Amino acid sequence: MSHFIDRRLNSKNKSTINRQRFLKRYKSQLKRAVSDAVNRRSITDIDGGETVGIPSKDISEPIFHHGSGGTRDMVHPGNKEFEAGDRVQRPESGGGGGSGQGKAGKGGKGEDDFVFQLSREEFLDLLFDDLELPNLVRNQLIGTTEFKSVRAGYTTSGAPTNIDVVRSLKGAIARRTALGAPYRGQIRALEAELEALLAEGAEETHERVIALREEIDRLKTRIAALPFIDSFDLRYQAYTKQPEPTSKAVMLCIMDVSGSMDQVRKNLAKRFFILLYLFLQRNYDRIDVVFIRHHTIAQEVDEQEFFYSRETGGTVVSSALNLAYDVISDRYDSGTWNIYAAQASDGDNWDSDSTICRELLLAKLMPLMRYYAYVEITPRQHQSLWFAYQDVKAAHPHFAMEEINGADDIYPVFRELFKRREV
Amino acid sequence: MSRDKLISESSEWDFPLLKQFDHEIARVAHDEFGLDTYANQVEVISSEQMIDAYSSVGLPINYHHWSFGKQFVATEQTYRRGQMGLAYEIVINSDPCIAYLMEENTLPMQALVIAHACYGHNSFFKGNYLFRTWTSADAIIDYLVFARSYIAECEERYGHEEVESLLDSCHALMNYGVDRYKRPSPLSMAEEKRRQSERESYLQSQVNDLWRTLPVDLDVGDPAKRDRRFPEEPQENLLYFIEKHAPLLEPWQREIVRIVRKIGQYFYPQRQTQVMNEGWATFWHYTLLNRIYDKGLVGDGFMMELLQSHTNVVFQPEFDSPYYSGINPYALGFAMMRDIRRVCESPTDEDRYWFPDIAGQDWLKVLDFAMRNFKDESFIAQYLSPKLMRDFHLFGVRDDDREDTLEITAIHEEAGYRQLRQALADQYNLGSREPNIQVYSVDLRGDRSMTLRHFRYNRRPLGDTVDEMLLHIRRLWGFDVRLESVDEEGRVQLLGEA
Repeated sequence: MSHFIDRRLNSKNKSTINRQRFLKRYKSQLKRAVSDAVNRRSITDIDGGETVGIPSKDISEPIFHHGSGGTRDMVHPGNKEFEAGDRVQRPESGGGGGSGQGKAGKGGKGEDDFVFQLSREEFLDLLFDDLELPNLVRNQLIGTTEFKSVRAGYTTSGAPTNIDVVRSLKGAIARRTALGAPYRGQIRALEAELEALLAEGAEETHERVIALREEIDRLKTRIAALPFIDSFDLRYQAYTKQPEPTSKAVMLCIMDVSGSMDQVRKNLAKRFFILLYLFLQRNYDRIDVVFIRHHTIAQEVDEQEFFYSRETGGTVVSSALNLAYDVISDRYDSGTWNIYAAQASDGDNWDSDSTICRELLLAKLMPLMRYYAYVEITPRQHQSLWFAYQDVKAAHPHFAMEEINGADDIYPVFRELFKRREV
Repeated sequence: MSRDKLISESSEWDFPLLKQFDHEIARVAHDEFGLDTYANQVEVISSEQMIDAYSSVGLPINYHHWSFGKQFVATEQTYRRGQMGLAYEIVINSDPCIAYLMEENTLPMQALVIAHACYGHNSFFKGNYLFRTWTSADAIIDYLVFARSYIAECEERYGHEEVESLLDSCHALMNYGVDRYKRPSPLSMAEEKRRQSERESYLQSQVNDLWRTLPVDLDVGDPAKRDRRFPEEPQENLLYFIEKHAPLLEPWQREIVRIVRKIGQYFYPQRQTQVMNEGWATFWHYTLLNRIYDKGLVGDGFMMELLQSHTNVVFQPEFDSPYYSGINPYALGFAMMRDIRRVCESPTDEDRYWFPDIAGQDWLKVLDFAMRNFKDESFIAQYLSPKLMRDFHLFGVRDDDREDTLEITAIHEEAGYRQLRQALADQYNLGSREPNIQVYSVDLRGDRSMTLRHFRYNRRPLGDTVDEMLLHIRRLWGFDVRLESVDEEGRVQLLGEA
């Protein structure tokens, strides 16, 4: 009379919708928690889930309940030395023998946060909520080189790997049925005649009987001789190529590694680059990252070297811009690649070089770019590079520049740069 | 004891073994002890599914609401961190009675859970008068299906924010959705569906008393009629009152209020029979499994494992222990059930004096009667014996905010037994645990404002949620809401207004 059911294979995500509703309801609190988390987090694990907290009182569901005060009779177990009529001190903060439901730390700020884990997806969603990539015109069909194969029905010719077995065999059955039909009709007629003869009492040796049997056998052989499958039956899956907007991007990270950029500043820059990388990843299938560092000369390096090797010397920013231009024209055709660049620097530059940078950007680089973000990590006065870049900004709306003073600024600046703008 | 009778010595379970255990336990439960149960539907689930089940308050299906998501997130988090183990089972008061077993349990644990849930809780659901009065086991699943699809439909039609805020307000009042003195009409999906549309139009016409703008009452001069109070008697079922009389609610909103009210009503007996229900189930898993052991169906190792977890379940820390968090309902309930059996089987003189009716009687009949006809409050008032008070070393404390110190009112001694028992029973009285709030009046002729009254008990004030709660009630009522407090001398004081 008991019925046993194995439910373990049923879906276990019954609560997904409720969870999403919960996250949605507390989005603003969560966003605050997430942006705090970004600033706190170490650089290497930014791409993961996150534990966030919301103040418990924000999410409590009220009910009517008794407050403290009045008279309360409670019964407790474990009496050792009390006698009826004894008077004892109130225990501290409601624990132990006092009122079992007294709220500890009343009025204090000591109430715990409601803490829980966000998945990587949820985390990034909240992190990049309301941000968008400026000029996200995925390179459109003009001059596309990207194609995608899509199914396009069946054809009668093609490569053997594309044979559609079911479809081909269906065809074969139809063909055999159709070609065999006249023979089967004749056989039925002959068999009827044969049966009639035999019923009339004709001998097996009767001439007509022998002739009929031979004819039937001959027809059956004809049917059997129909080929099981014929090249005529074969059907191939057809594919056509559809042009597709390119969805690959290259991100150029340009960083000043001259003596004035110390490890702290490099870390700030790195966080900025990582944020940008994560953000691009959400919009493009494939992303190449090019690391260009420079002091007086620019080099293309790998990630490790980019962030951790030490260099000293002066600063010539234009060297990096020249190299970036070379890399782009060599490898990343702006017709097929969406090109983004982020430059981090402390703003030091040879005075005369800043004008060169401006010209380089205006004339060569900016026309190729989807977006160019410049962050200056400096607590000091702006120098010539900043002012030169302001001219670029005035000329190109997809050039953006901001200033970062410390770790706390990175995320706000990032948000500022990629804020969704009303058109 | 012959070893070949053993069902299994392994601690790994599989379905044939579970069935075999269930078969043996059922035989003992039904044939030897005469337990009356619903049919069982035992579902084996994984721990993730258990967390899911937790977060919909143990119901197998429920409508969607953010608060269940919050519960889910919280449970998942504490479980992942290892701060909390999951329950071994969840059992649902339905017919057939659905019990969830965790796949992680060992075979002895599964046997224990089957005995506990499928025979203990199950027979309690079927027998106890509160459950018989307030819940319809055969219809609850259907009703939940109806509720879920109805609310989903409303979300589609009116937007989920709208539905969500309505549910928030209803949830806040969930504990105030029960008529304590009237048998509710049984729920069933077919019935609900058939009547639901009818109700929509009908209900709307019912609120017109508040709605009427033309004076139908020609007898304006008659002061008796003019001052007629509405409602004539104070109403304790706030949700019902709102469902029937809130002037501005749309029909679908009334239906949702009703759904929350019905679900609250379904849980109402469980809140009042915690000690009894758990005590009963624990008593029976203990009794049934011991019987199986006596019959030689399970070995010593098996029994050791069972007893170990049984002992954990009924552990009662003392009041000064860091683990103490009130009286453990499993411990108290189990001890009381065992004690009743003891009083029946081998009564002492004290028992004969205290329990002349049951001392020496057939313990099965006495226990069955107790299970059927009591709730925690009355059960304790009736059956808590002096011996148990001594065993637990119970003592009563009075916390009066006008005094600097706490007073020990009674301890486990001759002079204190009755007072102690009364105090403990009172502790389980819902009426004293939850503030008594009633709809006192509605200003029909004026601004349609509603006045609620809180009747204070032992001078205990309301907690700090009053303002929030008033906003919720206002949202449902649609007009001003006032909350007044009445103390024991009958003095009225305004607590808040929204």
